[in-house]
Amino acid sequence: MSYVLECPNCGPREVTDFGFGGEYVERPTERPSFRELNRYVYFRRNAAGVQREWWVHRSGCGEWFLAERDTRDNAVQWTALPADAPAPGAAAEPDVELAR
Amino acid sequence: MSAVAGRLPASPGERIDRSREVSFSFDGNRRLGYEGDTIVSALYAAGQRTFSRSFKYHRRRGELCGCGQCANSLVTVDGAPGVRACGEPVREGMEVTHQNAWPSLEFDAMRATDLFGGPFTPPGFYYKTFIKPRRLWPTYEKVLRSAAGLGRLRKRQDEREWRTEYRRRHCDVLVVGGGLAGLSAALRAAEMGADVVLCEQDAEPGGALLAEGGHERARDLTERCVAAGVEVLSKAPALGFFDGLVPVWQGDTLHQIRATRHVAATGTLEQPLVFHDNDLPGVMLSSGALRLAALYGVDPGRTVLAGVDDRALETALALSGLGVEVTAVADLRPDADGELPAALEATGIELIRGATPVRAGGRKALEGVHLSAVDAAGKATGNPRKLECSALAVSGPAVPASSLLLQSGARASYDESAKVFLPTETPSSVHPAGSVAGHDDAEGTALSGSVAGAEAAFALGLGEAADRDRLAAERGELVARGTLPRRAEPPALASDGGKGKAFVDLDEDITVKDIRYAAEEGYDSIELSKRYTTATMGPSQGRYSQLPAVRALAEQTELSIGEVGLTTARPPWTPVPLGVLAGRPFEAAKRSSIHSRHRELDADIRWAGDWRRAYDYGDAEAETMAVHEKAGLIDVSTLGKLIVRGPDAGELLDRLYPNRMSTLKPGRIRYGVIVSEAGRITDDGTVCRLDEESFYVTTTSSGAGAVEQWFTWWMACWPELDVSLTDVTQGVSAINIAGPEARQMLAGLTEADLDNEAFSYLDGREIEIAGITCLALRIGFVGELGYELHCAAPHGRALWDALHGAGARPFGLEPQRILRLQKMHILVGQDTDSEMTPYGANLGFAVKLDKEQDFIGRWALEHSAEQAPPQALVGFSCPDGTVPTEGAAVVDAAGTVVGQVTSARLAPKLGRSIGLAMVDPELAESGTALTISDRDKRFAATVTTEPFYDPEGELLRS
Repeated sequence: MSYVLECPNCGPREVTDFGFGGEYVERPTERPSFRELNRYVYFRRNAAGVQREWWVHRSGCGEWFLAERDTRDNAVQWTALPADAPAPGAAAEPDVELAR
Repeated sequence: MSAVAGRLPASPGERIDRSREVSFSFDGNRRLGYEGDTIVSALYAAGQRTFSRSFKYHRRRGELCGCGQCANSLVTVDGAPGVRACGEPVREGMEVTHQNAWPSLEFDAMRATDLFGGPFTPPGFYYKTFIKPRRLWPTYEKVLRSAAGLGRLRKRQDEREWRTEYRRRHCDVLVVGGGLAGLSAALRAAEMGADVVLCEQDAEPGGALLAEGGHERARDLTERCVAAGVEVLSKAPALGFFDGLVPVWQGDTLHQIRATRHVAATGTLEQPLVFHDNDLPGVMLSSGALRLAALYGVDPGRTVLAGVDDRALETALALSGLGVEVTAVADLRPDADGELPAALEATGIELIRGATPVRAGGRKALEGVHLSAVDAAGKATGNPRKLECSALAVSGPAVPASSLLLQSGARASYDESAKVFLPTETPSSVHPAGSVAGHDDAEGTALSGSVAGAEAAFALGLGEAADRDRLAAERGELVARGTLPRRAEPPALASDGGKGKAFVDLDEDITVKDIRYAAEEGYDSIELSKRYTTATMGPSQGRYSQLPAVRALAEQTELSIGEVGLTTARPPWTPVPLGVLAGRPFEAAKRSSIHSRHRELDADIRWAGDWRRAYDYGDAEAETMAVHEKAGLIDVSTLGKLIVRGPDAGELLDRLYPNRMSTLKPGRIRYGVIVSEAGRITDDGTVCRLDEESFYVTTTSSGAGAVEQWFTWWMACWPELDVSLTDVTQGVSAINIAGPEARQMLAGLTEADLDNEAFSYLDGREIEIAGITCLALRIGFVGELGYELHCAAPHGRALWDALHGAGARPFGLEPQRILRLQKMHILVGQDTDSEMTPYGANLGFAVKLDKEQDFIGRWALEHSAEQAPPQALVGFSCPDGTVPTEGAAVVDAAGTVVGQVTSARLAPKLGRSIGLAMVDPELAESGTALTISDRDKRFAATVTTEPFYDPEGELLRS
């Protein structure tokens, strides 16, 4: 898959310049139950749709930043340093119903 | 011999320079051509008709396309196989040899497959024949391997090292295809202010214009493009469409072009007609015949044309105008009329309406053609007419070269009036232009190009009112021109009912019968038919065979052509050497600043990840003993080194390590293990507090990059922390000097107080050694009294020299491995796996669950702490001195695997073999007997849970 990402520091670059840091998930603020811990550590929404995620500019400035990208067609909605990113909303919780 | 034989009078559009002769050799014989000739055109002019033998049946093959796109004339040039002779220009001194025929092109023994071998080599034969008896398979394999393939690679390739540069180019508009439509589009977009790149696969832009008398118009348009700022790349095929990234291969450069909008002006591919022996040399595409005559001045001899639309008539007139003897045109349309038939009549060329070839006749080359009217099923009605000729120029409908468009997401839809698949539903950022979009006349092509270029520019926000008006007018004109050409649809096979192979795919030697039989066997969808018969899978990738194959399958399965459909279009468009895609030969190797010393000492240097490191200096055992008895010296510059600084530096480390780092006093060091959020060990190292707000963190060599990213990621998650990180891994050299005499040797080089009281175990001090400022860390990976000295990389070599001069003996990675194993110091990734927690690796002391601070992995470790770890890491020793292979299994009496050896060595100081193993927890008691199963041997081992050497660590603390 080949597309362009805009590093907040350096500007637009080929996606191969970057390292992918996974889906954005918020760390529990209080001690989670065992089930919640497993959900946080192992489960992700893995949405076929817009996903908030981490990227690092490995071949460039080395900065970590956030992006929202549609995983179906790689259309990138925005990229921003964490401080400048819009508030997470629903994208932050893994939306998974665990069996049993 | 001269280059003149078989030439036409000079014409203005020709590519050859008749004043410059070029001498080359073909199969050892000297040949002459003109500057500008291709190998085929020069040889054709000299009378050569056969240029290769076909893939399976080894039948003679001649010129087909004349533009370097078919696989009929693959030759070896100067040792490089697979060159398309019909597109390759001649060069002085080039040595051309044939491929795929033995012993010679004229007499090929493998022709036996054509004459007798048919039953053994039907489509899919490798699923049916040459399988039993099984013991003959090695013989079959040898024979088949020699028979298969086209051309031979030289075994030694050192003279042909590819040096390809990658070039990244971002632009507004990329126009693929430099024919009339492409040039028009590029010019228009550039005039409207876009940054345009145009790529053309032929030696110069112009496309069909060049052979059809339009070379002046082509040159003029090209000049205007260049003047308008278009970057024109010639001899530069676009390889594919990758989500908007188009790699374009031009000689030694791979242009990686990312454009905001694309114009696809890739033109059309004329299709052959299908009849008996339609592969005879002399049967060629009408565009191939025209190129031979117009560009290279070669006379194909007496020529008959056969086609399905006006193209055959136009080409006949053009050929005649160049001086070729054209005797007749067979037009499948029973009612062709208009200006063209009249013009033909005036030239004396007979127009045979309603007829098509059913058979080509001739032994080694074409001598005549049988023409006939045919019924709907392609069967000849009435007696065929036989015409003598040397060349039969055929013209099936020209199909759009839509691969690039289809790769971008367009669909192929069969058009009943055009009788070809046209691209539809093109994504909005890609603009088709010219004949690929269905236009077939010059004016329509030029207009559609201009419209596409303007639309692309408008989409970028360029252009003004005047441009808008012009675009509207052009669109209106295009609509008014409207309709697609009048065409007859050729039958899947035009036959007189007699014998003779009728080819659908010349590359793979697939006949109409093959497609029919495959369908009868059940391979009756286009995807199955393609894979089973291999039709369209040859070197030309279906350029001249896709539609005939679809038609044959449609006829057999009684589906419509549209229902049969096309197979998926895939890159690369043209065969590309792997060396071009690989780019510049480049092997990243990192070396420390001390590396030259290791080479001078004749070290055995090996890869350790990206680094080149000394494995030993010739005697691992002696080097190990030197560390025990005197002092040794090892270059550990590869260690990861991070400086963490700021008011919240301690807080950051407390959150990332399971133990407390903020409680370190300045000048003290602590061992730490880094765990994931799941509590699994990911790396280990030391942390030394330099001052109130600064910490010096070391990591494993191979984990340096990952740890740096782990730290910076969490720092991005916690912007409230006032802390910074500097990665000095490559800017700082590190040397470990270890052994009972280490202190003495160091004392001679420094004024600092090295007494055990002043500089104790786990102290870190900034001291000057041989005049070099160093951070000295008293830690003990190798188990003897030692100092790890960190200095700025430019001073590394001088520091090494000073320590070496003081008497320390250099030792490498192998002795280091032995020494650390004696102390049961783990190597993360070797003695640990992705599931191991600190509790499983005897590192529970590095986890302080009683600290208040939340840390990454805390919750998981709290759960782990409550259970016995599923596996335990234990030391073991083998009484009989065997050293097991690392990775060998530990088994119980029944032979069930209960563990695995992770490290093992023979320790010279201890005189026995030692190791570490991950085992089931019940076995983790000192003294337990283990059985190790190593390949096919078994031997005994005894568990020990404390270090093999100096278990109390007294030497480290001395």
